[in-house]
Amino acid sequence: MKSLNVMIVGVGGQGTLLASRVLGAAMLAAGKDVKVSEVHGMSQRGGSVVTYVRAGEKVYSPIINPGEADLILAFEQLEAARWLSYLKKDGTVIVNTQKMDPMPVVTGAEQYPEGILEAIQRAGARLEAVDALALAMDAGSVKAVNVVLIGVMARQTDIPKEVWQEAVRTVVPERFVELNLKAFEAGYTAE
Amino acid sequence: MKKIMLGNEAVARGLYEAGVRVVSSYPGTPSTEITEYASRYDEIYCEWAPNEKVATETAIGASIAGSRAFSGMKHVGLNVAADPLYTASYTGVNGGLLIGVADDPGMHSSQNEQDSRHHAIAAKLAMLEPADSAECLEYTKLAYTLSEEFDTPVMLRLTTRIAHSRSLVEEQEPQQPEEREFDKNPQKYVMMPAMAIKRHAVIEERQRKLQEYAETADINRIEDHGAKIGVIAAGICYQYAREALGEKANYLKLGMVNPLPVEKIREFAKSCEKVYVIEELDSVIEDHCRKIGVSVIGKECFTLLGEYSQNMIREKVLGIHVEEMRTDLQIPGRPPVLCAGCPHRGMFYLLKKLKCNVSGDIGCYTLGALAPLSSIDTSICMGASVSALHGMIKSKGKDFAKKSVAVIGDSTFIHSGITGMINMAYNQGFGTIIVLDNSITGMTGHQNNPANGLTIKGDPTIAVDLEALARACGFQRVQVVDPYDLEHTEEVLRQELAAEEPSLIISRRPCMLLRSVEHRPPLEVDPQKCIGCKSCMRVGCPAIRMRDGKASIDFTQCMGCSFCKQLCPKDAIGVKGGVRA
Repeated sequence: MKSLNVMIVGVGGQGTLLASRVLGAAMLAAGKDVKVSEVHGMSQRGGSVVTYVRAGEKVYSPIINPGEADLILAFEQLEAARWLSYLKKDGTVIVNTQKMDPMPVVTGAEQYPEGILEAIQRAGARLEAVDALALAMDAGSVKAVNVVLIGVMARQTDIPKEVWQEAVRTVVPERFVELNLKAFEAGYTAE
Repeated sequence: MKKIMLGNEAVARGLYEAGVRVVSSYPGTPSTEITEYASRYDEIYCEWAPNEKVATETAIGASIAGSRAFSGMKHVGLNVAADPLYTASYTGVNGGLLIGVADDPGMHSSQNEQDSRHHAIAAKLAMLEPADSAECLEYTKLAYTLSEEFDTPVMLRLTTRIAHSRSLVEEQEPQQPEEREFDKNPQKYVMMPAMAIKRHAVIEERQRKLQEYAETADINRIEDHGAKIGVIAAGICYQYAREALGEKANYLKLGMVNPLPVEKIREFAKSCEKVYVIEELDSVIEDHCRKIGVSVIGKECFTLLGEYSQNMIREKVLGIHVEEMRTDLQIPGRPPVLCAGCPHRGMFYLLKKLKCNVSGDIGCYTLGALAPLSSIDTSICMGASVSALHGMIKSKGKDFAKKSVAVIGDSTFIHSGITGMINMAYNQGFGTIIVLDNSITGMTGHQNNPANGLTIKGDPTIAVDLEALARACGFQRVQVVDPYDLEHTEEVLRQELAAEEPSLIISRRPCMLLRSVEHRPPLEVDPQKCIGCKSCMRVGCPAIRMRDGKASIDFTQCMGCSFCKQLCPKDAIGVKGGVRA
């Protein structure tokens, strides 16, 4: 595996933190130096959140800057667009097609933009869109959106599938392992 | 085997490996997890104190009694703890004493951007600053050696990107520091003038020795790549610089940020043509360099504001600019909001409806200041809601009092709202204090506190009786409301605002994110009944949005709190799947 910069972006409360921990565990298992930078605190709920995961021979900075991300894993469409400037020229955006109105849209002060997915493609990013909410519900819980997306991402990397599954097992509480492995599979095999 | 650990978790591991016996802290982002992780070690006695002053004093007591002790806090918490800390510098320690402080450049979750290195300088204390999780562990252990060797409390400074980043750590077996006897030594520990005058001289001598240590300490290391550019940096800024400049620069990586070395800096500067000091926030290292006659580039190039990054350093030092991918979309912001189902939402809706002046405080509920609730007028520091309301009323008089309240969370009230309440009663004020009691310290991620009857480990303990406390302080009017019941809450608010004496309203309902709280089923809108009047939107719930001219509820977010239902004039909102029954 070469060095890899992944950003996980979404709305506070969507489970981005757990996703970053699975990702970190998988990269560590792949034998790399790993740094993960997170956002903590309940006050982040409902707000735009971002986690950086970096792996390589030797990682110094724990954060990713504009133009540095190989991959953006977006839990929500608007958030994919918000953080697009962080993507490398030939980078990939995996986006959950779910839409969540931010408060300025709820209050009517601003509009939720139309055509986000097309705009991301026009900007030059490789796009992979998936209805992770539907897949998570099929797997048994709306809360498994994060692991579905990890499944989608896993397929894009050269880390073996078993390493990912093991990472899910390590990070997720025991009673949710089965559900999450199912969610992972749903993402991994998604069209 | 290497483990991936949060910076804060690695500090906790360091406490364990250093044989620390007592930890007392108050939660504060980004420092909270140090104490949470420490509480998982059975060998360490751990507690949440009511505030940072009490926490630090507890740790000081444990140190004087002979144990290694720790207190952790965020930068603004250090202001609260400054009083004991500055004098603990004079007394020195018995068992090693470490104060962990986490600064928040960029203010991810803080009300200011102060640089706690100034406290270390002013209190004349050694301060270490790690640059990753491995150093968090290593420096924590080193701090205890230094503390006992130099007879001083030591400070460990983290910043958000160190405290809240995960990186690799190698664990070691815990040390067993020798048991020390309680140090009965009034000359050292009773700081009245006669003793303190003598101790001050000892402290100045200690400063000199610490500075000598800084000259030779391994943690202040030079990385020579034979480059013309030199960088002096500590903590996260070293990582950003190393990432940005690689081997195009030589580095003086400082692990000890107070006191700073003199000769080492001079020697490093001599080996480079141009020396940059790269430090977030204030120009502490830069000012030191100038003072010792070393010419450096600092704040004329790098900002005093916010966080730095590798891109910023690349651009400033190497002139490399990064092209960014852009869409042509107008992207609305997504500020944090009170969670769907948050009990505070109803109170802020009512305060706005009643056009109140609201003296606010520090906690999740500060989000009540944002649109559409827009119902907080001030937020300064922990506890200021109550005392500032008293000041407002003393300034503007009785009529102002009848439309003014203080809002403060349960944990913040315990932290430093109580003294304000006593002040109001004692000095014949007549404000209305609203304690938003959600049974938890919420914003920092759910810590138990003295008002909720649970210890840090979740064991049952004594809970402060807020009603009795208010009465004991002289408040005759105390009422409890359930904020989910808008009608009753409004009635009580009106009564207490009208009353010409001090009153306390306890708005009591646990945070709905608590595991112990049973979730209500989500609600949905009957599109046949909805007339699109947007009444339900006035509570600013993230789960409600307009779709095709009608309100619609996102079932993945809705917690069934029913604020929207109570505001709907057409009875169009009901339990999902049950509306049309």
